[in-house]
Formats: sequence, C-alpha cells, structure tokens
Amino acid sequence: MSIQINGKVLETDEEGYIQALDEWSPEVAEYMAKEDDCDLTENHWEVINFLRDYYDEYQVAPAVRVLTKAIGKRLGKDKGNSKYLYQLFPYGPAKQACRYAGLPKPTGCV
Amino acid sequence: MEEIPEEYEGGIVKKFMYVNRRAPHGTIYAQESLEVVLVGAAFDQEVSIVFMDDGVYQILKDQDTSAIGTKNFSKTFRALEMYDVEKLYVERESMQARGISEDDLNVPVEVITSEEIGRLMEQHDVILSF
Repeated sequence: MSIQINGKVLETDEEGYIQALDEWSPEVAEYMAKEDDCDLTENHWEVINFLRDYYDEYQVAPAVRVLTKAIGKRLGKDKGNSKYLYQLFPYGPAKQACRYAGLPKPTGCV
Repeated sequence: MEEIPEEYEGGIVKKFMYVNRRAPHGTIYAQESLEVVLVGAAFDQEVSIVFMDDGVYQILKDQDTSAIGTKNFSKTFRALEMYDVEKLYVERESMQARGISEDDLNVPVEVITSEEIGRLMEQHDVILSF
C-alpha cells in the first residue's frame, strides 16, 4: 500500500503506517487526518510532536498506558488522561497518533 | 456459581524473566527480546531482565549504529522504567570478563553474581532466553 503526498509516493503497511520514518512531514499527518475526517488542532499537534520527540529519544512508539503517563508528565494532568486523549484520537490515542506522527504501530497494541 | 479465587481477579500476573546473552547487533535476538519485554509489560506482567555473557553489550552507553544500518535500540532500554520494568540485573562475572563497569552502561542496573542469578531464576514462573 502507499499514499501520495505532494507528488511523492510513500509506502505504508497494511494498517496505514508509513514504512520509512524519515519520509514523514506534517503534510503526512494532515493527509491521514483528512482521510479519517479529523481536523487537526493545536492539541492534536501537541501530541503528535510529543510522540516524534519520544521516538527520537527512545526509538520506540509508546503503548497507550505509557503515552498517557508520559503526556501527563510533560503537558500536565488535564492532558495526561484517557478521556482527553480519546477525544482527540477516537481510534485509540497511541495507534492513531503514532500513525499520524509517522511512527510504527506501538508495541503491545493489538 | 463457583466463586473465583481472589488471586485470579484481573487476570493472573506471572513473573517473567528475560535472559539476554547475545551481542546487540548482528543477529535479531536482542531486539526481538526487547520487543517481547515491552509486550509483556504492556499486559501488566511482572518482568525482570538479566544481561549476561555478550548480552551485557546491549546496554553499553553511547552506541552508534549508523554505519551498520541497524536501529540503535539501546535507547529503548531507557524507556523501560515508564513500562514499570525496573528490575534489570547484570551478571558480575560477564562484566568483569569484558572489562565493563557500571559507568559504561546506559541504564541503572543491579550487578549480581552468577550464583545469585541462579537463585533469582527459581523465583520466576517463566524464563525466556535470547
């Protein structure tokens, strides 16, 4: 499978995660969100950017429990909870946000 | 209806021990082991990890894999704490044989002897060696 962004073809796996992490750009997230009928707000970007930093530091896409905890530490308790994150990413905060952020599917998510 | 014994509520938590004995790069064992650890931890199992033999090289500081084109997953060991995996053991004899000290490692560990590892193994339900 693949998606096309600005005339460039990006390979994805069968669940829509891009294969080459360094091919990511913000347009990738915008494109995927549009496909899901989701408008990306500043709050979405906060999580997406957080995930990219997290991956850069630890080389792993965090499981949802870890993501929630880590967001709470970095952005405060009102954001580090499932309710807030599911409102932003109804398909599952770790899975959906990681896909938009160009990361692999989180380890331990089924 | 039969009563469910208290210890089964919320699922059974088993004590898992992962034994890493191989060098980090060159084979897939080390990276796969870490993957299994993360999956186990995501399902709230109790996890400890032992590094021995060439496995101690997996947690060396300042690894740079850019020249061999593999992922530098040594960074991921630093995320284990957030997965509530806090029991990392390194075999003293393996470190000594390789001239490695605790300062050379990128995560906090407990250094224990081969004999102590043996005793620790007896306390675990599942032992997986990679």
